[in-house]
Amino acid sequence: MSIFVNEATRLVVQGITGRDGSFHSKQMIAYGTKLVAGVTPGKGGQTFEGAVPIFHTVADAVAITGANTSVIYVPPALAAGAIAEAADAGIQFIVCITEGIPVLDMAKVMPFVREKGARLLGPNCPGLITPGVAKVGIIPGQICAPGRVGLVSRSGTLTYEVVNHLTNNGIGQSTCVGIGGDPVIGTNFIDVLEAFAADPGTDVIVMMGEIGGTDEQKAADFVKAGVRKPVVGFIAGQTAPKGRRMGHAGAIISGSSGTAEEKIHAFEAAGIAVMRRPVDVVELVKARLNN
Amino acid sequence: MNLHEYQARSILRAAGVPMPDGDVASTPDEVEVIAARLGGKVVVKAQVHAGGRGKAGGVKLAATPKEARELAGKILGMTIKGLTVEKVLVVPTADIASESYVGLIMDRESQRPVFMVSAAGGVDIEEVAATAPEKILRLPVDPRYGLFPHQAMGLALFLYRDFAQARAAAGIMRQLYSVFIANGASLAEINPLVTTPAGAVLALDAKISIDDNELDRRPDLALLRDESAEDPSEVMARKAGLTFIKLDGNVGCVVNGAGLAMATMDLVKYYGGEPANFLDIGGSSNPEKVVNALRIITADPNVKAILFNIFGGITRTDDVANGIVAATSQFKVNLPIVIRLTGTNQEKAFEILNGVGMRALSDMDEAVKQAVALAKEAA
Repeated sequence: MSIFVNEATRLVVQGITGRDGSFHSKQMIAYGTKLVAGVTPGKGGQTFEGAVPIFHTVADAVAITGANTSVIYVPPALAAGAIAEAADAGIQFIVCITEGIPVLDMAKVMPFVREKGARLLGPNCPGLITPGVAKVGIIPGQICAPGRVGLVSRSGTLTYEVVNHLTNNGIGQSTCVGIGGDPVIGTNFIDVLEAFAADPGTDVIVMMGEIGGTDEQKAADFVKAGVRKPVVGFIAGQTAPKGRRMGHAGAIISGSSGTAEEKIHAFEAAGIAVMRRPVDVVELVKARLNN
Repeated sequence: MNLHEYQARSILRAAGVPMPDGDVASTPDEVEVIAARLGGKVVVKAQVHAGGRGKAGGVKLAATPKEARELAGKILGMTIKGLTVEKVLVVPTADIASESYVGLIMDRESQRPVFMVSAAGGVDIEEVAATAPEKILRLPVDPRYGLFPHQAMGLALFLYRDFAQARAAAGIMRQLYSVFIANGASLAEINPLVTTPAGAVLALDAKISIDDNELDRRPDLALLRDESAEDPSEVMARKAGLTFIKLDGNVGCVVNGAGLAMATMDLVKYYGGEPANFLDIGGSSNPEKVVNALRIITADPNVKAILFNIFGGITRTDDVANGIVAATSQFKVNLPIVIRLTGTNQEKAFEILNGVGMRALSDMDEAVKQAVALAKEAA
């Protein structure tokens, strides 16, 4: 079992002929993802790698191939428009990898996505992977293994570090989800926790947060109020200075709010086991998987 | 990107927000000329990106143009929180009957621009929010429709009972909202918004921050960046496509990915060291980025050891290894380097490094421990 992507996922790649889009499309196909269509305006009628049909629009891709999930690799200035196009075409699950989208663009497109009843993951995220079944995005498949740990994170390579520790110690994952490091995102920690809590294939949840905002604190309240599965957590940025944007647009301590200390405290108060180092994930998860 | 007060003022005045006349200067001579033109008492204000300018002695009241000149001589060149004052703003003093706060921020939770107004102005709004939240009115604005006139009036009536003043303030709310949207701001605030004894409503001080993601499509806004107000190493890093933030420690860190970069700094601290910087080389595999990263880090005299922490997903670790080899052949690195590489093309990367007599590790904790120990030895 898994969340968000599974055997029924039929993927369309927006920006399939671009540098990043084509590289990662090959990786997703090699991993076994059902990549049924690509979209590049102006290249409709061509094929990608001699096998995947390319369309001018997402609406065409949906009508002809039955795509139900989309992943976006288009430049920042066009990305919010690409999200709207996918939602308008009836895609129910949209993953946006693009980094650097102006926040006002996201603020305008989010209400539209909600009206269409779609779920957006990202932007500025590594996507997600259900090991052994499908990957949508850029998470390297070789570091993951099928299993019963659900992982949700705001970052990319830090997620890989933790997944790698799990896999090397024989602990597989149900689904690994990167929600992204931007201030305005489509899917937050609570959305993913809710899905993992309801997933019969997930026994333990790992939540990787960072400084900035209050999403982690709210997620901690949500865990306390009703998640019956054990949760292990991490917060990056304990040594980050105030008022500086730490790479991710959302990773900034504003005034005195959004510090690592405040978030770790919220985790502990909610009964979430906090890792001090990424490697601690192994012992903390092991102890909870066996219970 | 934060704008200086004088830059924010000129944007707001151009949008029609009533603000007292004033001008920016970079020499005491210019200050005297501006003060003479304005007439009467003036305030000389240091233009640096730091809070607490007044407490640091960067804001002074002058009774005459001559006094303004003398005070400017002291403020220009002074250091506030590590930043040298290059420019001062000269504005006339205003008679104040009341002070309010008007701010517009991009709110993460509602995912909309949110107005915050309070009649408790001229003070730290965070403090008001913490101690007396009922004194703040919050209003999320749907950016698809913009600020409706009745919403602007509602905000204004929360601040003023006098209808003429409320109507003036509502106009200022609408102008502030237009400025926020037109400039891709993440924050735009007027603090204080004052009334004068004669009943006029005036903005006295303003602050605007631009969303960095807007700058690629808005070269006009990017021109407002004041590089003299930034750390030179951070300017160099930005031009090289790196995200770099200088800190005070002695372990220089080169990492791919923002989350892993923060976790690496935290682990340096965990093992008893202090990180010298945050540095994210990003996801692409470009050896040139590694060369630039090493140049920037070795330019910091505090750095005693360099730690590479690379998890190769999209980033190919052999490209990073090639970058390290290229850098050390282009210029001499007189500091110990600890290299942790794991993931894509790891074997190839280890071979490249072994070929020039360098060693690499695959475990993050081991690498951090070694870097901390080496920095301590050298300190």
